[in-house]
Amino acid sequence: MTQSTQTPEHEGEEAHSHPSPGDYVMIAVILAVLTALEVGLYWAGEAGTPPVATVPALVFLTVVKFALVAMWFMHLRFDRRVFSRLFVGGLILALIIYAVVLAMTVL
Amino acid sequence: MATDTESAAPGAGTNFGVPNEKMGMWAFLGSECLFFGAFISVYVLYLGGTGDGPGPAIFDIPFTSVSTFVLLMSSLAMVMALAAIQDGDMRRFRTWTLGTALMGLTFLSGQVYEYTVFVEEGMGLTTSAFSTAFFVLTSFHGVHVSIGVLMLGALWFMSFTGRIDTSQRSQTAVENIGLYWHFVDIIWILIFTVVYLIPVDLLT
Amino acid sequence: MTAVADTPSKGLLSRPGASSGWTSWLTTVDHKKIGIMYFAAALIFFLVGGLEALLMRAQLSTANASVLSADAYNQLFTMHGLTMIFFAIMPMSAAFFNYLLPLMIGARDVAFPRLNALSLWVFIAAGIFLYSSWLFGGAPDTTWVNYAPVQEVGPDPAGLTLGGDHDQRMLFYSLGLQIAGIASLASAINLIVTVLNMRAPGLTFMRMPVFVWMSLVVQFLILFAMPVIGVALWQLMFDVGFDGNFFRVDAGGQPILWQHLFWLFGHPEVYILILPAFGIVSEILPTFARKPLFGYAAIVFSGIAIGFMGWGVWAHHMFTSGLGPVANAAFGLSTMFIAVPTGIKIFNWVGTMWGGRMRFSPPMLFAIGLVAMFTIGGLSGVTHAVVPSDAQQHDTYYVVAHFHYVLFGGAIFGLFAGVYYWFPKAFGKFLNDRLGKTHFWLQLIGFNLAFGPQHVLGLNGMPRRYYTYPSGMGWDMWNMVSTIGAFIIALSVLIFVVNLVKSVRSGEQADADPWDARTIEWLSASPPPPHNYDEVPVVTSRDEAWHRKYAGGGGEVPRPVPAGASADHAEHGEEHHGEHIHMPDPSYWPLILAAGLPLAAWGVVTGLWALSGIGLGIVLLSAFGWAMEPESEPEPHAESEHA
Repeated sequence: MTQSTQTPEHEGEEAHSHPSPGDYVMIAVILAVLTALEVGLYWAGEAGTPPVATVPALVFLTVVKFALVAMWFMHLRFDRRVFSRLFVGGLILALIIYAVVLAMTVL
Repeated sequence: MATDTESAAPGAGTNFGVPNEKMGMWAFLGSECLFFGAFISVYVLYLGGTGDGPGPAIFDIPFTSVSTFVLLMSSLAMVMALAAIQDGDMRRFRTWTLGTALMGLTFLSGQVYEYTVFVEEGMGLTTSAFSTAFFVLTSFHGVHVSIGVLMLGALWFMSFTGRIDTSQRSQTAVENIGLYWHFVDIIWILIFTVVYLIPVDLLT
Repeated sequence: MTAVADTPSKGLLSRPGASSGWTSWLTTVDHKKIGIMYFAAALIFFLVGGLEALLMRAQLSTANASVLSADAYNQLFTMHGLTMIFFAIMPMSAAFFNYLLPLMIGARDVAFPRLNALSLWVFIAAGIFLYSSWLFGGAPDTTWVNYAPVQEVGPDPAGLTLGGDHDQRMLFYSLGLQIAGIASLASAINLIVTVLNMRAPGLTFMRMPVFVWMSLVVQFLILFAMPVIGVALWQLMFDVGFDGNFFRVDAGGQPILWQHLFWLFGHPEVYILILPAFGIVSEILPTFARKPLFGYAAIVFSGIAIGFMGWGVWAHHMFTSGLGPVANAAFGLSTMFIAVPTGIKIFNWVGTMWGGRMRFSPPMLFAIGLVAMFTIGGLSGVTHAVVPSDAQQHDTYYVVAHFHYVLFGGAIFGLFAGVYYWFPKAFGKFLNDRLGKTHFWLQLIGFNLAFGPQHVLGLNGMPRRYYTYPSGMGWDMWNMVSTIGAFIIALSVLIFVVNLVKSVRSGEQADADPWDARTIEWLSASPPPPHNYDEVPVVTSRDEAWHRKYAGGGGEVPRPVPAGASADHAEHGEEHHGEHIHMPDPSYWPLILAAGLPLAAWGVVTGLWALSGIGLGIVLLSAFGWAMEPESEPEPHAESEHA
């Protein structure tokens, strides 16, 4: 946001290569598999696997799913960077301030 | 608004070369992160605040996994609808749009069913801080899904009146509603893990 | 426009066409008319809020006074705070954003004109809804910060003096602010897109006027702060209206959560209130000192820095709530740091005036007033950052004095400066100079008499929010002085209103650029035509208008640009002249949609769910009508042929 030129600011040069429907199906299959893995981790936890093992894996899978939907289905991977900045700005702000609030209320 | 001529590329003549509507939608979604972030944090904070009522053990994981799956697949249908209208295929667009809306409705009915079961099992809105946080978080997500379903229904309807056609303007509208829909899906991805899957004994 | 003619009219209601008369105001989507209505509505709320303040000062003028009951006093100070923050300063800033941003960036209108109209009407609906609480048995009465658990039990849990339904008062608080928040959020999205995406050719970020910069920072603060208070307000609604347990200790809730969420919003809100005024004086000082702004980049970046750091200081409002030494130390430090960017601005403003050829017209007087008064308020703010000192000052009149110095001495002085400065642009007439100067001096004197002594009262231990006090505490004289000051402020505001009415009717004529100003809105006529510029100016430097006047002209010949967009369209071979520029048609839907929200909220307050249903039905139906509405009604062919 700090610089600009006279004419439209073409930041993401790859703005036009859209994924094909086949790519979308691929992503959806991956998402489904990851969700199945998550549920599997839940049952593993129920069966006695310690949370130290399951929780980081669950968080990791969730982040991956989140990123897949945002980058592919919402096209952030292919689109202008200004969109990512608006969205990720809000996301990071939310993560930081709510983490601080939780830390201050729980501790 | 008279700039929306049929020939112009979306966002032509703007500083970033992107449609205003799309930039507005992304700004809104950035704002929504703060909204759901607060409700999710409050839920985490109140995990232990179950009082005499039931705790997270009440959740029915297989059932919720299925409705999670349905919502995930509705996101696929949504991108298919967008791809269809970008190809100029209105028939395919209508099918996928309707499909997305119906999957959204399926998810919502699942939520209603789940709520009914919880209330029967003794966990209502007023039972404990935990139950209030759970119901308000998930029902605000449900409200977002409902608004999405209404918008998809309107898109479907307007594709018959000619208000939604293969023009750039219509494509941008569909893309925007799609962004909203995927965002709601993303939030559910978070809720599914935080609320349903993470073992609670760790956090309390 | 050809694209318009082949769009058939299929809306639920045809778009209204009138461009004058009162219906044109109700249905307008013109950012300038919307800006003027924002100002008018905000001024009315400002007068009401001021009246509430006068009643309180009358009650506090002497010890053991009985002008107001405790209950009335509680309601008045709560409503005074809510009114001034949400319904006076914020919308008055919004009036400036709306009127000026498109003009300053060389756009025809904002990005979403109908959404802009919606913001206005939703804000007005929220104000009407909140004030209707007095018809339903009482206004919110547990302070504007409305901490838990007092929000749930009320200020008089034993029911000794208050009758009535406290939960209902809280529903008015929750839903009224919720609706106002919708207006702010919609407006923030609209203006962010407008400024980022619709600037005139050549208007790069570092050429933008400082007012545009500060407005942009404010819109981002609103964008990210409104959802936070929104969540807190929903939680309050569920607790008091539906027996939820968010803040109920006995059911596992944590009252401190409200304070965190409230101040997470509340501290950025402080900058939402003050930064527009900072932007205004940054335009006025260079014009009236006839020098470029000293340290443009420093002022811009310190504004952005405030926007970021404003998120890291909220807990300084909570030093006495037992956060622990680590949190207190961290937030004390961050609070001291945030004084740095503000100080940078003050020094830059002083540097701008240094050695300038100063003209002391009313806009300049108010702008200098801001620099001086805000400095006092800023310094007393730094004393709060010192945690042990803050524990002493907390909830005393010292705090009241502090935030009135920043909000009245800062925001209100800046907004008045802006009114005097841009009134000739909006109406083609000056505000009366002598009345303006009288207004300034009376307001300055009254303000310092009213709030200066409150520092002393606070340090002498007088608590905030008490409706009366015994004599013999050493508070009597200063309270009387403070009350006299408040009435002097009232007199000055009365003079302002007289000036406004007189000048709108028969003010001295002003030309397009009456102050010899520096930014491009002065290149347009006074008042500007509906489409703002016949030809969108190409910007080649900071202070473009000044540059054109004194640095050998604009250099580039202005390019014709079509309505709404900023560049490039002209290259598609279309020729546009003033009379062909097609602005968006007015619409009924923003007004109708806005009317649905308070209906739904009244339904929640009264438990008449049918009413809520009707309200929501109106909202949904008008949203649908909105989506179905054509770009504009097709013009009769004969007219467009010969226009």
